[in-house]
Amino acid sequence: MLEAIDLSLVNWSRAQFALTAMYHWLFVPLTLGLTVIIAIMETMYVKTGNVEWKRITKFWMVLFGINFAIGVATGIILEFEFGTNWSNYSWFVGDIFGAPLAIEGIFAFFMESTFIAVMFFGWNKVSKKVHLLSTWLTAIGANLSALWILVANAWMQNPVGMQFNPETARNEMVSFWEVLFSPTAIYKFLHTTSSGFVLASIFVIGISSWFILKKRNLVFARKSILVAAIFGLVSSVYVAFTGDSSARDIAQQQPMKFAAFEGLYNGSEGAGLIALGVFSTSDSDSTNQNLLDFNMKLEIPNVLSYMAYMDWNAFVPGINDLINGNEKYGYLSADEKIARGKAAIAKLKEYKDAKNSGDGQLADQLKTEFMDPDFQENYFNYFGYGYITDKNLLIPSVPLSFYSFHIMVGLGFYFIVFFVLAFLYTIRGKLEKKKGFLRLAVWTIPLAYIASQAGWIVAEVGRQPWVIQDLMPTVAAVTKISTSAVQVTFWLFAAIFTMLLIAELKIMLRQIKIGPKMDGGQH
Amino acid sequence: MFETLSHLALQQYWWVIISLLGALFVFLTFVQGGQTLIYTIGKTEPERTMLVNTLGRKWEFTFTILVTFGGAFFASFPLFYATSFGGAYWVWIAILFSFVIQAVSYEYRTKPANFLGTKTFESFLFLNGALGTILIGTAVGTFFNGAMFSLNDMNNVSWETPFRGLEAVLTFHNVALGLSVFFLARILGALYFMNSVESEAIFTRSKKQVLYNTIPFLVFFLYFVIWLLLKDGYAYNETEVFMEKFKYLHNLIQMPLVAVVFLLGVVGVLWGIGVTILKNSSKGIWFAGAGTVLAVLALFLIAGLNGTAFYPSNFALQDSLTIETASSSHFTLTAMSYVSLGVPFVLAYIWWVWKAMNSKKIDEAEMQEEDSHAY
Ligand code: HDD
Ligand code: HEM
Ligand code: HEM
Repeated sequence: MLEAIDLSLVNWSRAQFALTAMYHWLFVPLTLGLTVIIAIMETMYVKTGNVEWKRITKFWMVLFGINFAIGVATGIILEFEFGTNWSNYSWFVGDIFGAPLAIEGIFAFFMESTFIAVMFFGWNKVSKKVHLLSTWLTAIGANLSALWILVANAWMQNPVGMQFNPETARNEMVSFWEVLFSPTAIYKFLHTTSSGFVLASIFVIGISSWFILKKRNLVFARKSILVAAIFGLVSSVYVAFTGDSSARDIAQQQPMKFAAFEGLYNGSEGAGLIALGVFSTSDSDSTNQNLLDFNMKLEIPNVLSYMAYMDWNAFVPGINDLINGNEKYGYLSADEKIARGKAAIAKLKEYKDAKNSGDGQLADQLKTEFMDPDFQENYFNYFGYGYITDKNLLIPSVPLSFYSFHIMVGLGFYFIVFFVLAFLYTIRGKLEKKKGFLRLAVWTIPLAYIASQAGWIVAEVGRQPWVIQDLMPTVAAVTKISTSAVQVTFWLFAAIFTMLLIAELKIMLRQIKIGPKMDGGQH
Repeated sequence: MFETLSHLALQQYWWVIISLLGALFVFLTFVQGGQTLIYTIGKTEPERTMLVNTLGRKWEFTFTILVTFGGAFFASFPLFYATSFGGAYWVWIAILFSFVIQAVSYEYRTKPANFLGTKTFESFLFLNGALGTILIGTAVGTFFNGAMFSLNDMNNVSWETPFRGLEAVLTFHNVALGLSVFFLARILGALYFMNSVESEAIFTRSKKQVLYNTIPFLVFFLYFVIWLLLKDGYAYNETEVFMEKFKYLHNLIQMPLVAVVFLLGVVGVLWGIGVTILKNSSKGIWFAGAGTVLAVLALFLIAGLNGTAFYPSNFALQDSLTIETASSSHFTLTAMSYVSLGVPFVLAYIWWVWKAMNSKKIDEAEMQEEDSHAY
């Protein structure tokens, strides 16, 4: 059952997925947020009848269209990649994982792609109200697309609502609602979409600031900034709030990921939060990551315990506790989990063998044993550990998780301050004079993208080596194919996406230079 | 209400939905077909702009149907998704690739500073039109001719040729289906232009293209159908998968309703072509489109229903996928069936938007309008 899998195949497949997902995510957050901002602007137009608002709406719509096209282009690869590169995964969990993907297609994508046509081409074909409705439906459709895929992703982080079926060798869904309303899914959805709102608000403020610096389109720029600053401020506070909830959820469901992004090697009661830190680089033995520690750190006592468990003195397990086990607090060692996972895999194999050899009675008995709640709880729940050959592989890249997390959070707090300033300067009419702030605003655009990508690195690198937490490691998920095939497709995608990205950036920059049409609002 | 259905009934219900999505997709490849005709039918720049723009308002539907087809197949028959996509790697990657380059081309084609140049984006559209249709048709051909895979204990796929699916082109019957889809898409594309562009010249040239493409279409399609009805098919019963003589012909005879649907479909396509050529009608797309949906629907149905293995393995016959072995659990199919009740609602708003947007034909004046978002 456990066939030798070439590690380089796994790594190239991971690299390919990461590459394509990160490209997709370059465009998605702007789509999520900008559609909402555009809808707000058009609402202002319909409410006030002021054509300036229509001009504003249409300018941002042009940028949205350019970004949207490449978002769609990069999305289709991802959807099919589960099949092409993670086919073993696709069977093992397809019974659960496929449903959100299908629902996303049927409801969200159709909604967005249908009403987007009205939004772009319908100005003179439908009434103002219907047009506005279409714009809102496009925004809702975009955010619904995010909902379903994030439900799927959350399920991989915290698999719920399912039961393994030894007959078919896969997990089967037993509760749709548990999958949909898992707290992991809810926090993930709220945090991710609101992070898209933040990014889009920064995008609008940054570009509008550039216009002000160039002394062009001042009315347009001020109005745009006002909408984006208010929307961004609300969203950025919400992002911090939902991010905190996400982190608490992870402390329960994925303690290793939590320990990794907090940089916590040795757990303790009343654990301190490392606000800033630089890793020691003296270590040359890459597998022994748990010996690594900080060269320099700024630690705030007890805060981590409070954040994770709402209790200043709670015990928070560190990486070493999770690997070596900690009897006092009831954490099993990695060796023990691996042994239990192996036992679960062995029992499944025994059952399969009995079935293949036609011994129905033995097969039935083994199946009963396998499905026994006690066995499920104490053995099957560690199924994936049976594939792990070296317990150190259970530790994700700590520096990558730690730095990414701290960059994201640091920027998150900076963004709140940024929106407050943008809002205050706008309502006091001082924007034009604040050259420094305007320049800062332009430079904040790339920071938003960095925060956003960093978030996914925390989420996805932090859960390594698991594709599905505790049940399926990445090595067992991959399609058996030659490494060179994956290398070829990796470079193919890298080349085409980079080419398209350059095209997108050039077109976008040119459209910004051209600016809003002066006579676009005569209707 | 779906809970009470048997697992088999749910599997059949989902096979019908998958078939319907596949059928709608083939109809909507008029976008792809149209893309291969932009230079043939549009002789001047403004003409080409109109053609690109009529297609540009519809390409998302085709694309989204493809994505939904993938998602729905994943949810209802995950073993197919895992086996075919992971196994026939190169075929699917090539198909995906041709859709990636399509998705940006409309939006970027004529924008200033577009880096690759208008011609490049137009050739992307052409490539998508040709490769997308031929490869998808060829891949669907393997539903009837089998593929080279095997499955292990954990239902994990191994592919038995290094070409990972590309070997399907060695079976001419698969390719015949691919070429049928290609020429059909071009016919539909030309019919669509006649219906939605206000221009004498484009109307005449499109009509000529309908005629030119009908001839190869009929050759390949008739070859495909006749051979299909004469060949052995992959049948299964409770214990095994086996070869049955005239299996697909039997399927049509044993499911007379499907046979009727198929005939109606073929008649519809021919009728659409006929009224266009003989009567100068601009409504041909509706007949040919509806006919396409019915005919493709019927082909999918005889591939998977009535005890037929829909994704046969020539390497390990017993590993062939059937709607019973490849499907999701009873629970998931039930949940998804409730979801499927939303589909008519989705179709209704798509229909409404389509009507609202196509109420007037595209003409040159609209392309120049300040307020239009022309590609
Ligand atoms: C503009 C982008 C942005 C900003 C400012 C923040 N985040 Fe974030 N974060 C994301 C964008 C993001 C994201 C890209 O949307 C992620 C990736 C995966 C996910 O669920 O959302 C994410 C993930 C993510 C995760 C991991 C979720 C998982 O592993 O499933 C945590 C714990 C946080 N965030 C916490 C925070 C906190 C406490 C912030 C404080 C302000 C914060 N984030 C700001
Ligand atoms: C790795 C998993 C993902 C897959 C399989 C995937 C799949 C897709 C596909 C197929 C498209 C094109 C849709 C179309 O036909 O119009 C798309 C676009 C999009 N995706 Fe993703 N995506 C993934 C990740 C994400 C994430 C994480 C988000 C948001 C949080 C997201 C949100 C969107 C949005 C907003 C679009 C815009 C286009 C549209 O909705 O049509 N996607 N994605
Ligand atoms: C669009 C936003 C996303 C980004 C930027 C992203 C980023 C990444 C990264 C960096 C990796 C590599 C991790 C590693 O190998 O160490 C990865 C892997 C992976 N992600 Fe995501 N991810 C995104 C969304 C998703 C979603 C929504 C899903 C599932 C629904 C998903 C499923 C996977 C899978 C299956 C892998 C490969 C296996 C693995 O290496 O864990 N990703 N992703």
